[in-house]
Amino acid sequence: MKDLDTPFAALVQDDKALTTLYTDPGLFEAEMDKIFTKTWVWVAHESEIATPGSYKRARVGLEPVIVTRDRKKNIHVLLNRCRHRAATVCEVSKGKTNSFVCPYHGWAYGLDGSLRGVPYEESYAGKLERGKLGLKALRTETYNGLVFATFNDEIEPLEDFLAGAKKWIDLFMKQGAGYPVKANGEHKFSFPGNWKIQLENTTDAYHFPLVHKPFLKLTDVETEEQFDIMNKGGWVEDLGNGHSVMIMMPELVDLEENLDAPIPDKFADLAQALRDEGHEEQQVRRIIRAVGGSGFNVNLFPNLGCSAAFFRVLQPVSVTETEVRHIALAMDGGPEIANRERLRIHEFFQGPMGFGSPDDAEVWDRVQQGAQGGKELWLLLNRSTETEEPTAEGTVKGDVSSEIGMRAAYRQWKKLMEA
Amino acid sequence: MDMMTPVKDTALLDAMAFVWLEADRLDQREFDDWLGMWSADAKYIVPVEPGVTDFEAHLNYAYDDAVMRAKRVERMMGGDSVSASPLARTVRALSRFRLLSDDGVTIELRCMQTLTEYRRERMKSHVADVEFTLVREGAGLKIARKVVRLINADHTLSGISYIL
Ligand code: FES
Ligand SMILES: [Fe+2]
Repeated sequence: MKDLDTPFAALVQDDKALTTLYTDPGLFEAEMDKIFTKTWVWVAHESEIATPGSYKRARVGLEPVIVTRDRKKNIHVLLNRCRHRAATVCEVSKGKTNSFVCPYHGWAYGLDGSLRGVPYEESYAGKLERGKLGLKALRTETYNGLVFATFNDEIEPLEDFLAGAKKWIDLFMKQGAGYPVKANGEHKFSFPGNWKIQLENTTDAYHFPLVHKPFLKLTDVETEEQFDIMNKGGWVEDLGNGHSVMIMMPELVDLEENLDAPIPDKFADLAQALRDEGHEEQQVRRIIRAVGGSGFNVNLFPNLGCSAAFFRVLQPVSVTETEVRHIALAMDGGPEIANRERLRIHEFFQGPMGFGSPDDAEVWDRVQQGAQGGKELWLLLNRSTETEEPTAEGTVKGDVSSEIGMRAAYRQWKKLMEA
Repeated sequence: MDMMTPVKDTALLDAMAFVWLEADRLDQREFDDWLGMWSADAKYIVPVEPGVTDFEAHLNYAYDDAVMRAKRVERMMGGDSVSASPLARTVRALSRFRLLSDDGVTIELRCMQTLTEYRRERMKSHVADVEFTLVREGAGLKIARKVVRLINADHTLSGISYIL
């Protein structure tokens, strides 16, 4: 790793950061090492590997991993790298299997990563220590269906790391309306920019009325009114450890409250269809209230957003390239008509052809382009610094368009980079 | 052309001419005419997963009925969308046509499409299999369904603020 020209303290201050944060390749390398291999990184939702033998590929930083569910239903996160001479043992994004067989010389590994088979083993004259040559396993812990992994054996337990964010994750999962939340397809898109540009955006309400004007114009009047988020009394809260939450629609914080509120016109047909299917009125209301998702975005440092109605997953590719996945969510075992409504809502805004995401991607691209100039200039992150207030829970919050979430993320960034 | 030739034998040519016209209208930005090429309950679909046929039950990039198609056009022309101003220039070629079926009313046609996009000093290309369901209405044809299966649909795409 190259020595960095500027110390981290000079790069990131309390309310501003230097432009080179987006453009310095040496810094990107350092981030992969000091952040992504040292902290908890989200790799899967449990529903993506629901049954024994199921697996999916993921990355922790740039390192390829496989998330598996073994026969005893335990979850493993394994480095996708053969212990013989490094080939990947899995090139399928998701599926079911009994084992992973390396395509180069045929070493075979179980779902728990243990080395099960070595062709022509006699050449090792009985000296091959199979027990020590399983796929490298990462420390893996879960919280409310979210699976995280880390290369760092010293790190605090996941629950301590999530700390103040746990309450918001629990609230987010209420959009299952009593059914378990299930991943239900995903949009993957990339933009030519640094990963932190996207990280910042998850708690950036400030851009919404401008960048998403086309969305606001094309959606129905109820949704347009709902998304008037600059004027709805929302706020952004620093949850500690780099995490934050942006409350856009305070009335949709707890989806199990206010079930007696009138059913929006846009969901009147769906509500009737649910009644026709025999659902009790109370359950109809619970589903209707949950179907559009939660009224907030939780930004978990460094790579997961529990964003209104979907998971937003960040994948750094290079200092100037980032992949973003928007994973749609469904009620597992819930009414199909409501899950289809969720898919259509997701398609309307998200993904490379949605009416929202391409405009986000475009402005992030523009940030990266602009950041090629003015390396000595600051990125200003000081919205609401003068008006922040403490919450009853001991956290600090700013108004809805506050940049407090970004300040929280960069504080954690600096802490990890300096460690 | 032999006047005795049954309708069916010209179906492939009729269908090809019709989807070429659709392609040209999209590239030339004749969107009002384009919107008029669809039957009332038609769908324009860009699926995510290869092989999916029950599109309604799966996540798509686009799953557009008439209202959504009109909105997509409005977004492109409205001038508010930063990713659609300027609108990408597109040039598309359709080839490898195959008539899959024709029952006298409905034609199923499959072809390939390669589309080149140019915007903000960058060229990109999108290659797809396209499945058309065309219906004979009055003297001509209408699109009842168009499914665009990008060959890299289940991988990472960049923003596409136009119609494939
Ligand atoms: S590299 Fe995997 S078996 Fe040789
Ligand atoms: Fe946005």
